[in-house]
Amino acid sequence: MPGKLKVKIVAGRHLPVMDRASDLTDAFVEVKFGNTTFKTDVYNKSLNPQWNSEWFKFEVDDEDLQDEPLQITVLDHDTYSANDAIGKVYIDIDPLLYSEAATVISGWFPIYDTIHGIRGEINVVVKVDLFNDLNRFRQSSCGVKFFCTTSIPKCYQAVIIHGFVEELVVNEDPEYQWIDRIRTPRASNEARQRLISLMSGELQRKIGLKVLEMRGNAVVGYLQCFDLEGESGLVVRAIGTACTLDKLSSTAAFLPACNSPSKEMKEIPFNEDPNPNTHSSGPSTPLKNQTYSFSPSKSYSRQSSSSDTDLSLTPKTGMGSGSAGKEGGPFKALLRQQTQSALEQREFPFFTLTAFPPGFLVHVGGVVSARSVKLLDRIHNPDEPETRDAWWAEIRQEIKSHAKALGCHAVVGYSESTSICEEVCILSASGTAAVLNPRFLQDGTVEGCLEPRQEENLPAGCGFCHIPYDELNMPFPAHLTYCYSCRKQKVPDVLFTTIDLPTDATVIGKGCLIQARLCRLKKKAQAEANATAISNLLPFMEYEVHTQLMNKLKLKGMNALFGLRIQITVGENMLMGLASATGVYLTALPMPGGIQIAGKTPNDGSYEQHISHMQKKINDTIAKNKELYEINPPEIPEEIIGSPIPEPRQRSRLLRSQSESSDEVIELDLSHGKKDAFVLEIDDTDAMEDVHSLLTDVPPPSGFYSCNTEIMPGINNWTSEIQMFTSVRVSRLSNINLTNQTLNKNFNDLCENLLKSLYFKLRSMIPCCLCHVNFTVSLPEDELIQVTVTAVAITFDKHQAVQTTKTHVEKSLQRASTDNEELLQFPLELCTDSLASHPFSPAKEHLESASSNSGIPAAQRDRCNSWIELIKLKAQTIRRGSIKTTVSVEKASPLTEGHFRQRSAPACANSTVGVVKMTPLSFIPGAKITKYLGIINMFFIRETTSLREEGGVSGFLHAFIAEVFAMVRAHVAALGGNAVVSYIMKQCVFMENPNKNQAQCLINVSGDAVIFVRESELEIISAQQPVASCQPACSGGEIAT
Amino acid sequence: MTNELDIFVGNTTLIDEDVYRLWLDGYSVNDAVGLRVRSGILEQTGATAGVLQSDTMDHYRTFHMLERLLHTPPKLLHQLVFQIPPSRQALLIERYYAFDEAFVREVLGKKLSKGTKKDLDDISTKTGVTLKSCRRQFDNFKRVFKVVEEMRGSLAGNIQQHFLLSDRLARDYAAVVFFANNRFETGKKKLQYLTFGDLAFCAELMIQNWTPGAVDSQVDDMDVDLDKEFLQDLKELKVLVADKDLLDLHKSLVCTALRGKLSVFPEMEANFKNLSRGLVNIASKLTHTKDVRDLFVDLVEKFIEPCRSDRWPLNDVRLFLNQYSASVHSLDGFRHQALWDRYMVTLRSCLLRMYHD
Repeated sequence: MPGKLKVKIVAGRHLPVMDRASDLTDAFVEVKFGNTTFKTDVYNKSLNPQWNSEWFKFEVDDEDLQDEPLQITVLDHDTYSANDAIGKVYIDIDPLLYSEAATVISGWFPIYDTIHGIRGEINVVVKVDLFNDLNRFRQSSCGVKFFCTTSIPKCYQAVIIHGFVEELVVNEDPEYQWIDRIRTPRASNEARQRLISLMSGELQRKIGLKVLEMRGNAVVGYLQCFDLEGESGLVVRAIGTACTLDKLSSTAAFLPACNSPSKEMKEIPFNEDPNPNTHSSGPSTPLKNQTYSFSPSKSYSRQSSSSDTDLSLTPKTGMGSGSAGKEGGPFKALLRQQTQSALEQREFPFFTLTAFPPGFLVHVGGVVSARSVKLLDRIHNPDEPETRDAWWAEIRQEIKSHAKALGCHAVVGYSESTSICEEVCILSASGTAAVLNPRFLQDGTVEGCLEPRQEENLPAGCGFCHIPYDELNMPFPAHLTYCYSCRKQKVPDVLFTTIDLPTDATVIGKGCLIQARLCRLKKKAQAEANATAISNLLPFMEYEVHTQLMNKLKLKGMNALFGLRIQITVGENMLMGLASATGVYLTALPMPGGIQIAGKTPNDGSYEQHISHMQKKINDTIAKNKELYEINPPEIPEEIIGSPIPEPRQRSRLLRSQSESSDEVIELDLSHGKKDAFVLEIDDTDAMEDVHSLLTDVPPPSGFYSCNTEIMPGINNWTSEIQMFTSVRVSRLSNINLTNQTLNKNFNDLCENLLKSLYFKLRSMIPCCLCHVNFTVSLPEDELIQVTVTAVAITFDKHQAVQTTKTHVEKSLQRASTDNEELLQFPLELCTDSLASHPFSPAKEHLESASSNSGIPAAQRDRCNSWIELIKLKAQTIRRGSIKTTVSVEKASPLTEGHFRQRSAPACANSTVGVVKMTPLSFIPGAKITKYLGIINMFFIRETTSLREEGGVSGFLHAFIAEVFAMVRAHVAALGGNAVVSYIMKQCVFMENPNKNQAQCLINVSGDAVIFVRESELEIISAQQPVASCQPACSGGEIAT
Repeated sequence: MTNELDIFVGNTTLIDEDVYRLWLDGYSVNDAVGLRVRSGILEQTGATAGVLQSDTMDHYRTFHMLERLLHTPPKLLHQLVFQIPPSRQALLIERYYAFDEAFVREVLGKKLSKGTKKDLDDISTKTGVTLKSCRRQFDNFKRVFKVVEEMRGSLAGNIQQHFLLSDRLARDYAAVVFFANNRFETGKKKLQYLTFGDLAFCAELMIQNWTPGAVDSQVDDMDVDLDKEFLQDLKELKVLVADKDLLDLHKSLVCTALRGKLSVFPEMEANFKNLSRGLVNIASKLTHTKDVRDLFVDLVEKFIEPCRSDRWPLNDVRLFLNQYSASVHSLDGFRHQALWDRYMVTLRSCLLRMYHD
C-alpha cells in the first residue's frame, strides 16, 4: 500500500438553487476513490456552503493511484426523496505522483453536470503521501513524467531519446450496453466519462511501464486518442516518445534567454576548451566507451576522433576514400547499419517529436504515410485487444518500410489517427522519414546531447535537406540540384515534412498556411463493399491532395512544407481530404519553377487567349505572393551554383545519370518533379475548376500571417499577447444532386470563410500571426460537414521585425563568407551533413576531416538506394527536398530563445492574478516556463434535451466549449500553474437531433500544465543572482546553442 | 450550403465594444449587422457580409451568456467560465447598467412594478429607445432597488458594493432608487424641463440631509426614506408665515439686505410674502405622502414659475435665497433655527439647480 491520498472539501460557491421553496440548497459532498466513499456533513440552506471538512484519507495501491480519478460529487440533501446530484468533479491525481511536478492540488473547481453544464464551484485540497518504496515504484509506473509537448520540454535536457512507445486498451462503450436502455442519460454519460478516465489512467500507467523498461523517465510527445467504434467498443490508444530527461537547474534553464546573441557569439571561443572533448565524444560511434569522454582531460583526443566521428556518424563516411559511387554501395550500407544499430534494435524507430535538439536530425527524407481501411467488429475480449494492435502494427511496419525506401532509418514527427463511419474505419499514420544522429539514442551517452551538437552541426548547416537516399535509384524522379547553401550536396526541388521547421534552418521571407481540400462522393454501401470502395478511392485522393499542395506551394513561390498533416475523413456518402501545412522558402533549395498551363487544343485561337489569360493571372499571383511573403532570394546564376563543386568531370557524369534516371521513370512521375515548367494541362472542365480554385484562395488581410507549425518562419519578435481559440462550423449541404465539383467548392468555401472570420475576429491584434492552426474535419451525418479549428493568435512587433531580419541577413552573410573561406582553403572538403568539421576548430582538423571525407559526396550522390513508389493501395509516400542551414552560432540556439530575447521588453504588460493562458504551442511568448506540473487530459460529455432553450446548436456548443476551457483552467490553477502549453482538442464529436430538441457533444482535450514567469520579471531575478550562479547559466546558454 | 452551427470561443473572451453597444441598445442581429455595414467596417477590413453576420451572432451569443452573470456583477468577477480581463469586466458592467436619459426621465419616481413594465411599450415609442433596451434598463432599476431597498449603510455605497459600478453611476442609481421609493412625481408637463441630472442632484442632497441616515448611520432604510421625525418637525416652520409680525420682520430684513443688489428688487419685494408662504407651506405639508410626491411640482409652481415669470436672473435667485435663509437667524421670536437650516440648505441648492429653462 504505497500511497495515502488525502482530500479536504473546503467550501462551495454559486451553487444552483435546488429547493424552489426556499431558493436555497442543502448541499453535501461525496468523495470517492476506487471503492471507498466519504461524505461531508450537510450544509443547510446555503448557496455558498462552508464544509471545511476533515481530511478524508484513502490508503491505496499506486496502481490505483495511476488509474483511478478522484471523484467528487456534490448533492442536495433531501429528507423525503432521493438526494439530487448537483454535479461532479473528476480530478486526475497523476501530477501528484512525480516529485518534480505539483505537490498539492488546491483550488476552485467547476462543478460539472453532463446535462446542465457547470453549476457552481467547489474548493478542494488534495495531497498524496507516497511511501518511498522504490521497488513498488517500479512496478507501477509512478514517477514517469508525461508531456504532450512534441519537443524536449523547455526546462529539461534530453540525455537519451529512447524511442517509440505505444499502447491501446479497449472496452465496451457504456452507451451501447443493454443497461443504457434503462438508465438516465446522465448516468450513461457519467459512466462513459468515468470509464474513459479509467482507461486513460490505465493506458498511461502501461506506457509508463514500457518507458521504465527502456530505462527512460519520461514520455514526450504523448498523444492519446479514443476511437468511438460504436457497437464494437471503445478504444483508447496512445503513442509517445520515451526519453531520459534531466532537469536543467532553474537558472540554467532560463538564463540563456537573457544573453544577447552577440554575447553568445563571443563566448564561443572561450568554450573551445570544454568543447573539444564533447566534440570528440559527441560524434561517438555507438560504442559505449565514448560515453566517458566528457572529462576535460580528454580534450586532446579531439583531432584523432574527428575522423572517427565522420566515420561513425555519417552514412557516407565510409566512402571517404571510395572515389566513385558504385562500390561504395555496400560499404555505405554497412556503415548505415552501424550507425543505425541503436535504432534497428527497435521494432519501430519512430519519434512523435516535431522539434529536436540541434544535431539530432541529420537528414530528412520526406513524408511517409500509410492508410488502411478496416471493418470493425465487436471486441470480444477487452483484455486482449489483439486485433487493434495488429492493425496498427501492420501500418507501422509499412511506414517503417517506406522510410527505409527513402534511405532513412527513422521516422520523426510521427502521428496516428482514425476516421470512423459506421463499421468502416480508416487508420492513418504519417511521419517524416529521417536520418538521425544516433548519439542521442544511445544508452550511456551520459554527457548529453547538448554540447556536442553545436559544433557538429556547424558545418552541416544545410545538412538536413540533403538527400539521404541515392539519386540513381530514387523512388520517384525528383529533380536534384546542388544545395544552394553549401553547393556540395544534392537537394531535391521541394521538401515535404511533418515536423516543425528546424531551428537552424534558414528561410527567406515569411511562411504561410497552405491547405489542400478535397471531397469525393462515394456510393453508400455496406461492409466489405464499402471498405473496398473506400480503399479504391484513397490513392486518388492522396494524389489529388498532393497535387493541390504542390500547386499552391508553387503559387506561393515557396519550396518546402512543414507540419504537413493530411486528414482523410470518411462519411456515409463521401470522403473528405484536408491537408494543412506551412509553406516556406528554404534557402538551400532551388527556387521553385512557375506553373504553366497547357490547353488541349492549341490551335483554337480564343481558347489560346483564354489560356494565356489564365497563365498571366497565375504569374501575377506568384509575383504578388513573393512580394507578400517577402521572398526575394538572391539571384544565383546557375554557373555559380555548380562551380564550387570539385571533380567537375565526375559531376557532369552525375548530372547526366540523374537525368537519365528521371527519363526512365517519367511515366511514373506522379510527383510533378519537373523543375521549371510545372505544367497544368487543362483538358477538361475539372482541370479548369482546379485552376480556378487555385486562384480563389485569398491571402490573409495585411498584418495577418498564419501557419500550422509552432512558430511562423520569418517572424521572431513575438510580443506577449496571445489568444487561443476554438472555432467550430457545421454546414449542411443543401442540394441533393451533389457532384464532386460542387462539393469541393462548398468545402473550399467553408474553410476559406472560416479563415476569413478568424481574421476578422482577431483584427484588433494586428499585427499578429495565427500559429498552430489545426483544422479537423468530420462528417457527423449524411449532409453535414463539421470543421473544427483550434489555433493561437500571437501578436508581434512589426518594428523590431525589420531589425531582426536585417541582423539575420548580416549573420547569414557572415556565415556565407566563412563558408567561402573554408571552401577556398580546403577545396576537397565536403559539406558533409555529418556533423564533421567545426568552423571554429583549428585548420588542422579541417584538413583531417577533409581528407577523410573527400570523395564522399560523389559517392553518396551515386549511391543508389531503394525508394518508394508513390502510389500504393492504402499507402502513400511523399516528397523530399532539402534545406540550407547556414548554422551560425546564434542561429543554432533554439529559435524560441531568440524570440524570448526580443520579446522581453513589452512582456510584462499583463499578469493579472488568476489568469490561465492556454496555447497549442510549447512555449509562451515573452516568458520562460519554469516548471512542468503534469499532463492535463480531460474528457467531457455534454448532453441536452432542451436544445432550443439553450440557444440552439450554436448556443449549446459555445457554452460547452467555454466550460471545457474553464475546467482546464481551473485544474491548471489548482495545480499551481498559470498556463497550459501544447494544448490540443483531440476530439469534438457533436451529434444533434433538432427534431427531438436534443444534442450531445464529446470533447477530449489535453496539454501540459506549467508555471511560467514573464521574461521581464525574470531579468530582475537574474540580476539579483550572485555571480556564481551565473556560471551554470552561461554554460546553459552554450548548451542551448 | 448553410451554416447550421457557427461558433468561436476564445480562451480570453473577445468583447467587441461596438457590438456590445448595439446589443445593449436592443438591436436584433440583423439590424446590428446593417448598422455595422453602414459604419463602413466592411471597407476597412475587407470582410464580407457573411463574416459580419457570423461575427455579430457570435458576440450576441456571448453577451446573452454573460447577461445572467451581469445581473449579479460580483459573480462575473468570480465565475470561471469566461476569462475576461478586469478592465473589460468593469466595462461590461458599467455599460450594462448605464441608462438612457430619455428613458430614466420617463420612469423616474414611478413604482418599479409590473404595471410600469407594461407601459414600457409606450415609453419605447415615446423615447425612441428600443423596447429591449427599455426592458433591460427597467430591470436593472428594479434589481438594484430590490437588493439595496432594505440595507443599512450608505445607499450609493451599497449599490457600488453589490453592483460594482463606478462612483458616478452608483450615485445615479441611488437617485433612481430614492425617487422610486418616495414616488416623487417627475412626469408632469411643467417638470419636463428638468433633466435627470437636476433631479439626481436634488436626490443626492435630500439623501444627505433629509433621511434618517443624515442623523444616524445605523438605522434601517437610512437612505431610502425621508426622515419621518424631520417631516413632522417641519410643521413648526409654519409660524414663519402664520405669524404676521414674523413674516413682516423677515421681509424687511431681506429687503434691507438686498436693496440695490437685485435687478428685480421691486418684483421681489412685491412677491416676498407669496414666495415665502410657498416655501414654508411646502415644508409644513410634507407629512402627507401625497404632498411628498408632489414636492417637485410644488417647488416649480410655488417658487420657480413666479420667479421665472418675473425674469429673475439666476444670480438674483441665489442672492435672494441666501438672504432669505440667513435672515431667519435674526428673527428673535423663531426657535427652530437648526430645523430651518436642515430644510433650507437642501431646498436652496435644489431650487438653484432647478432654476433654468
